[in-house]
Amino acid sequence: MGFLDISNVTKSYGKTEVLHRVDIGVEEGEFLVLVGPSGCGKSTLLNMIAGLEDITGGDISIRGRVMNGVHPSKRNIAMVFQSYALYPNMTVGQNMTFGLEMHGVPKPERDKALTEVAALLQLDKLLDRKPGQLSGGQRQRVAMGRALVREPDVFLFDEPLSNLDAKLRVDMRTEIKKLHAKLKTTIVYVTHDQIEALTLSTRIAVMNDGYVQQLGTPKEVYDTPANIFVATFMGSPAMNIIPAQVAMQDGAPHAVLTNAAGETVQLRFSQENMVDWVGRDILLGLRPEALTDPEGADRKSQNIAALSNPVAVAEPAGSDTFVTMTLGGRDVIARLRADTSVTPGTSFDFAVNMEKAVAFDPETERRIPA
Amino acid sequence: MSGATQSTAVSTGRITRTLIYLVLLLFALFYLLPFFVMVVNSLKPLDEITGGNMMSLPQTWTIQPWLQAWSSAQIGVEPTGLRPYFLNSLLMVVPAVAISTGLGAINGYVLTKWRFRGDNIIFGLLLFSCFIPFQIVLIPMATILGKLGIAGSIPGLVLVHVVYGVGFTTLYYRNYYAAFPTELVRAAMIDGAGFFRIFWRILLPVSGPITVVSVIWQFTNVWNDFLFGASFGGQSQPMTVALNNLVSSSTGVKEYNVHFAGAILAALPTLLVYIVAGRYFVRGLMAGSVKG
Ligand SMILES: Nc1ncnc2c1ncn2[C@@H]1O[C@H](COP(=O)(O)OP(=O)(O)OP(=O)(O)O)[C@@H](O)[C@H]1O
Ligand SMILES: [Mg+2]
Repeated sequence: MGFLDISNVTKSYGKTEVLHRVDIGVEEGEFLVLVGPSGCGKSTLLNMIAGLEDITGGDISIRGRVMNGVHPSKRNIAMVFQSYALYPNMTVGQNMTFGLEMHGVPKPERDKALTEVAALLQLDKLLDRKPGQLSGGQRQRVAMGRALVREPDVFLFDEPLSNLDAKLRVDMRTEIKKLHAKLKTTIVYVTHDQIEALTLSTRIAVMNDGYVQQLGTPKEVYDTPANIFVATFMGSPAMNIIPAQVAMQDGAPHAVLTNAAGETVQLRFSQENMVDWVGRDILLGLRPEALTDPEGADRKSQNIAALSNPVAVAEPAGSDTFVTMTLGGRDVIARLRADTSVTPGTSFDFAVNMEKAVAFDPETERRIPA
Repeated sequence: MSGATQSTAVSTGRITRTLIYLVLLLFALFYLLPFFVMVVNSLKPLDEITGGNMMSLPQTWTIQPWLQAWSSAQIGVEPTGLRPYFLNSLLMVVPAVAISTGLGAINGYVLTKWRFRGDNIIFGLLLFSCFIPFQIVLIPMATILGKLGIAGSIPGLVLVHVVYGVGFTTLYYRNYYAAFPTELVRAAMIDGAGFFRIFWRILLPVSGPITVVSVIWQFTNVWNDFLFGASFGGQSQPMTVALNNLVSSSTGVKEYNVHFAGAILAALPTLLVYIVAGRYFVRGLMAGSVKG
């Protein structure tokens, strides 16, 4: 029994079901991120937790209390909206204390809470301004301040950073992370940005088409994705998915694939249970950073394989150089150290970190468990 | 080369602009001329009008026609002047405008932020009321007013105008609130504000422009209405009906200067409303189309 329990929750609009049997338990102090492409049902799920949408089936409970049908204001939650939803006619101070006022908190207490939160978020000097007189980042902070003064059980964020420019988004991301570390509040956070999900969360629920595809820590989701959707959605550039066959060689299972020159390449698996797949087709999943130059390869890895392959395009990107090439008939991206010299059109010797490689069943697209 | 093109562009710009101003000036004159005639002639003794040029300024200036129109002219059979009817109109227009605007605002709020099954049908029916010709409802309306016991009274007139106005005011507020972010209402719900509190504290404070539109529209229509006033006014006839009685009274000489003064008196309140609130009117009509 968690702090916030979403059990067996479904949502339908008329006859179309947009969320299917969602089960997520959130512990107190956790930072859960719901991530997925547009239209996958993240906002719908968040709004159901908030009480802004009805629950079609299943239960949502907070602190053991079932919340189905409970009015949003009685759930002891606070929400930060994508557009911030600041009341345009009220000052920053009034915006932040409106909720307390509506809940009948006396003025002296409201002022005390306001002073504390304003100091925390460095909003002290802005309290008498109207939202229209604030920058995007300041509005964002006010929206968070409005949520904080209420001291709710659960904070709900719906894409709070998506209206900010790239630099500010990164800054605010860090600020939210710091705030969570300091206050240890329980947060459910919606985003379609996988980097936000990986950096902020203690756990991630990756969603697609109304299904939770995987629920796990950032490391679990990144290193052992449940299926091809999760593998390619999380991480940038996306994980390479390469068709291969499994064959025995020197008593160990190997992935067999063809490189751009038409030669056969064999890469030894670290997972012993790939023996079961000998003679069958699989999809090999390799993150770009597991496909690198020999000097850049992970020194701790027990299983680095060599792979020689002609390079199609090299793109220096400052901190890294990205190389595009063909492998197993697919476009594949490798991530090399910045000053590696590669010449497009010629062959290059790559190092493949097979410890990080994953394999997928081509039929079900699920990861083959190690 | 480019300098030459530029100066041509500037001079064509200047010519177009002069033309536009000329046309605008012409239109302004066209609309102001009748008003000029009315003002000028309301300040002349009667013999100057009957004896000479309508367009010329008064030789002897007098406010006598105004005083007469206001307090002693023959309206129907009573020599009361327009004063009591002016009061009637005021007593009718203020509650009628306030109530219809208030109802329109609440309707617009419900139709956009508290959607329910069939809300669009209700809105459609309300809109339909904007297109029903006045004449059709005269007899049923008379029956209803009679049954309610408010026929021939100011409350009766107020009711009629509220019923007729609420379609328009609902349309205004609905379209205005449709552009108002629903997230704000949701935020207020989470903050613990109820139905009326959200309306009062969140929506109304930003409804200034559309309220001006609604008030001007309703004020002009209700004040200028003649048909309902004549049909249901009874003992409490509004200004428009009284003006008609003043102008078309058949006994004695036609006192054109008094008529002009009376007509201006009747138009003055709407004129005032436009002058005071006119620029907000345009701003309100534009709001929603360009989100600020
Ligand atoms: N009122 C509604 N009626 C019918 N379908 C709806 C309604 N609201 C949402 N949906 C559908 O539910 C699905 C989930 O919508 P939701 O807003 O939760 O997506 P999301 O994951 O938040 O996407 P985004 O990242 O674009 O915000 C979508 O396919 C959408 O079309
Ligand atoms: Mg969304």
